[in-house]
Amino acid sequence: MSPIVKLLAQRIALSLLLLLLISVVIFAGTIVLPGDVAQSILGQSATPEALANLRAELGVNDPPVQRYFAWLFGAMQGDLGTALTSGQDIADALSNRLWNTLFLAFWAAMVAVPLAIFLGLLAVRFKDRWPDKLISAVTLASISIPEFLIGYVLMYFVAVKLQWAPSVAMINDSMSLLDKLNSIALPVAVLTLVVLAHMMRMTRAAILNVMQSAYIETAELKGLNAFQVIYRHAFPNAVAPIVNVVMLNLAYLVVGVVVIEVVFVYPGMGQYLVDHVSKRDVPVVQACGLIFAAVYIGLNMIADIVAILSNPRLRHPK
Amino acid sequence: MKNIPISAMIGLFFTALYFLAAIFAPLLAPYGVGEVVGDVWEPSRIEIMLGIAPEGFTESDYWLGTDNIGRDLLSRMIYGGRTTIFIATAATVLSFTLGSVLGFFAAVAGGWVDQVLSRFVDLVMSIPTLIFALVVLSVAPVTIPILILVMGLLDATRVYRLARAVAVDIEVMDYVEAARLRGEKMAWVIFREILPNALSPLIAEMGLRFIFAVLFVSTLSFLGLGVQPPEADWGGIVKENKEGIVYGIPAALIPAFAIATLAISVNLVADWVLNRTTSLKGGRG
Amino acid sequence: MSDTLLKVRDLKIGATIFPPGEKPRDIEIVHGVSFDLAPGKVLGLIGESGAGKSTIGLASMAYGRGGVKITGGEVWVNGRDILKGGHKDIRRLRGAEVTYVSQSAAASFNPAKKIMDQVVEAAVEQKKFSRKDAEARARVLFAKLGLPDPDNIGDRYPHQVSGGQLQRCMTALALCPEPDLVVFDEPTTALDVTTQIDVLMAIKEAIRDTGVAALYITHDLAVVAQVSDDIMVLRMGNTVEYGNVDQIINDPQEEYTKALVSVRSIEHEEKAPTPDPVLSVRNVTARYKGTQFDVLKNVNVDLYPGQTLAVVGESGSGKSTLARVITGLLPPREGEIEFAGRKLSPDLKGRSREDLRELQMIYQMADVAMNPRQTVGTIIGRPLEFYFGMRGAEKKKRIIELLDEIELGEKFIDRYPAELSGGQKQRVCIARSLAAKPKMIICDEVTSALDPLVADGILKLLLDLQKIEDVAYLFITHDLATVRAISDNIAVMYQGQVQRYGGKSKVLSPPFDDYTDLLLSSVPEMRLGWLEEVIANRKMESAGN
Repeated sequence: MSPIVKLLAQRIALSLLLLLLISVVIFAGTIVLPGDVAQSILGQSATPEALANLRAELGVNDPPVQRYFAWLFGAMQGDLGTALTSGQDIADALSNRLWNTLFLAFWAAMVAVPLAIFLGLLAVRFKDRWPDKLISAVTLASISIPEFLIGYVLMYFVAVKLQWAPSVAMINDSMSLLDKLNSIALPVAVLTLVVLAHMMRMTRAAILNVMQSAYIETAELKGLNAFQVIYRHAFPNAVAPIVNVVMLNLAYLVVGVVVIEVVFVYPGMGQYLVDHVSKRDVPVVQACGLIFAAVYIGLNMIADIVAILSNPRLRHPK
Repeated sequence: MKNIPISAMIGLFFTALYFLAAIFAPLLAPYGVGEVVGDVWEPSRIEIMLGIAPEGFTESDYWLGTDNIGRDLLSRMIYGGRTTIFIATAATVLSFTLGSVLGFFAAVAGGWVDQVLSRFVDLVMSIPTLIFALVVLSVAPVTIPILILVMGLLDATRVYRLARAVAVDIEVMDYVEAARLRGEKMAWVIFREILPNALSPLIAEMGLRFIFAVLFVSTLSFLGLGVQPPEADWGGIVKENKEGIVYGIPAALIPAFAIATLAISVNLVADWVLNRTTSLKGGRG
Repeated sequence: MSDTLLKVRDLKIGATIFPPGEKPRDIEIVHGVSFDLAPGKVLGLIGESGAGKSTIGLASMAYGRGGVKITGGEVWVNGRDILKGGHKDIRRLRGAEVTYVSQSAAASFNPAKKIMDQVVEAAVEQKKFSRKDAEARARVLFAKLGLPDPDNIGDRYPHQVSGGQLQRCMTALALCPEPDLVVFDEPTTALDVTTQIDVLMAIKEAIRDTGVAALYITHDLAVVAQVSDDIMVLRMGNTVEYGNVDQIINDPQEEYTKALVSVRSIEHEEKAPTPDPVLSVRNVTARYKGTQFDVLKNVNVDLYPGQTLAVVGESGSGKSTLARVITGLLPPREGEIEFAGRKLSPDLKGRSREDLRELQMIYQMADVAMNPRQTVGTIIGRPLEFYFGMRGAEKKKRIIELLDEIELGEKFIDRYPAELSGGQKQRVCIARSLAAKPKMIICDEVTSALDPLVADGILKLLLDLQKIEDVAYLFITHDLATVRAISDNIAVMYQGQVQRYGGKSKVLSPPFDDYTDLLLSSVPEMRLGWLEEVIANRKMESAGN
């Protein structure tokens, strides 16, 4: 087996192992911690009989290991159990919401990624001049404000004062794509702002790192023009770090979605998760947690795989 | 002190201001934290002075107006800041102590101790912090000690990584080897050789962790999973007043301003501490 | 074509520096340098680090590295003042008329592209050759430069060939477009001495065969003497002396040049072994944890009280590993170490405080060998406190005595390492080890990070201190000139084994084994015609075989 295949296999296996361990952590986290689910569902006034009945129904009395495996095998076959509070099948409720969340994240990425790379290049081009300084000042500001507040600031000025976009992002299946996009304009803008700063700064660092290499100097001393230097010598080496930056930020974006959905009352998975955390609906929280963690790990894995694939030392072993 | 750049001065000034306001909240706040003093969402004195208040209002008793049930917002902001800053500080102290002690220990001990601790931290860090916190808070009772504990423990993983990395970098320096060859004890190596050189990056990191804690506890409270009413905190104030946004009432944006200024101030200080490390001329000053 | 290919007049170069915590400011780093270079001739630019020699070399391509700017003067190439030309003129010059060979070929080749693509790029781009002709020319150059498999080596990626080979590929890259001038910027400095001579020979022959002119930049006068027609000695951005190679080497006028020529002129008479060695390394074999390969194989050496044993070898020879084994940082797999008449514990933990005190160490990089947060007084005072329990006035008195011994003086006591120069730092490290009153000091490449004159001062100091303190040195180095200057006994190491061992005169006199012969004959000598002699000798030998 060539070393690159071996490395890739190792990386994928590691991700799977990580996911398995995380399922254990998530499951254990909801079991060992203090608090009685039945009690929280029924409230303080519940009779002991009602509590006992509910506990039996929830399977809380079974040994934890058995419950874990039942849950895990269910999850692997797409059966995420039923919600305690509504009795709904979780997988059914989630499929639509997961789709909505990915829709939102996708469009945020479509705006944020090209913009961040463009601005990152701009910052490199005008390094230490005012565009660069402005960009780093904006970065500092945006990492200092929580996502939900950026959301409300935009909502207040853009939606309420200027009335350029709707203040809540309601979408349903009967809407056309254009209507949907109009509806999610503000949350997309907020998510873009949230990841833009990080992505820009990391892109800037990645490109600067490449541009300061000795081989760029060699290229310049060959009399190549700026375009040839960038296209032939900088670009092939900068792709991997930039893809890495993008993936890491998409992972970050998927988490940012949770809060933004609450702000804009968007019918996605994040809002569903938060709702059920307050209702202490453990199976729903477990399912959502697992899915978010899987997406997060998956994106991080892609970032690493790109880095492995683009390393010439690994692609062309001695 | 004369070498402090202007940006760090501003940062230090505002950071101190916020902390002092938090400590002396009962003396500074004009009204009680839960005291209903006026009508719902009365405009603020500032809005009236700027001439942007809704028509019909010509004067106000409240610098920042009132909130969704008529409490004085300035008082709520001061008390809210107290809660937010207290939780963030406590969580930072916890994450810091635990993370840096374990990080140093792992770096100096090496071997399986290092392996076990580092792999465990990798595992926890592969779950997004917010998601992890939500999973825990879905079963644990939401109280301030639990919040501090959850935030502190989750953040300790980040501090651990940094502390370990910094210590490992210093560990391989020839001067540490020289100390070992001289026959120095482990305590001397850690406290006299490694720690003085690791301090600056760790203090700068402490600033960043503190900001993160402020943002995090605000986010949780906003989601209704942090500080519970009637206790005030900045994230909670946003949650209470968010309905007003749609009617053009900016009450929910005031905490945004507070959080952002505090975070930027601490950031400026942290940046300065970090830059000072690289410009270190023998570690004086 | 005019008589002068390159004409530099009153060249001034400035740079913007960013001192941390202060406002950026402009400084001048080259203060008005002038010289001429005729077609086909080689001018050597020589100086210590910070002399401005690389900056001048790059200025002949109208290039400034980092924040470096040409602030005044003229640079004429083929009758045009290139500083007055626009971007287009400069691009036509670079890679066509003037090309560049850097110190580190490993960093200067793009890791993502094949060697051939990079070697022919300038020639094709500048329309000097068609791609096909350029490749054919590159293969000829590969062969001329002695690269293995010249027809196919271009298909490899940079990480797939060795450092010395890559340096030769870089030379091919520079020669491929048939330039008029090549700037060689320390092309052999990063190489081991036995590799350096091959590359040097290749460069010299390539220059001769192609008739190209060259600016040869280096800090090593012996190297530049082999390849240049003229030499310019630079110091801190000023010309110290400029003349033809014969005059500079054989009849230097300036004090500084004289000092450079006579570096390592230290006379040290070899001492005879005494009956009881202070250190005996017996049959030591060692490997690093987790590896399957012995880095030291059955090593036996002795060091006598008050004498110097030089351990010499190239990178990877195991000489530094030997130091780690002796200090106890790497317990050997087999063998033992006897020190001052007693058997040393293989592991650091098992050694007594007396063992540790009597065996001190000085490092290559003085920068990282001292805690940046401690003052010179603390650094030197700690061993006094730790081993002898000295305190207060007594300790201070002894620190001052030691500072005087290393020729720094009392005023340094409160300084931090960052406030010292490279040579001063190394002196403080010497004082720290002397503070322990050791019987023996391991010196690990202690002069190789220093400029030649500074290094010379350190060696003289070490020899003087040896007489006063009667301390023995285990001197690890790759530099044979240093070995000649200070050693009593020599151990030549190669691939983990002691290849040759004995008194200095014996080790350095024939008959030699193959490796020692190669090593000794590869060290550049400060006389004209040395390289030609070696080339001729080696050709004769290979013809004889």
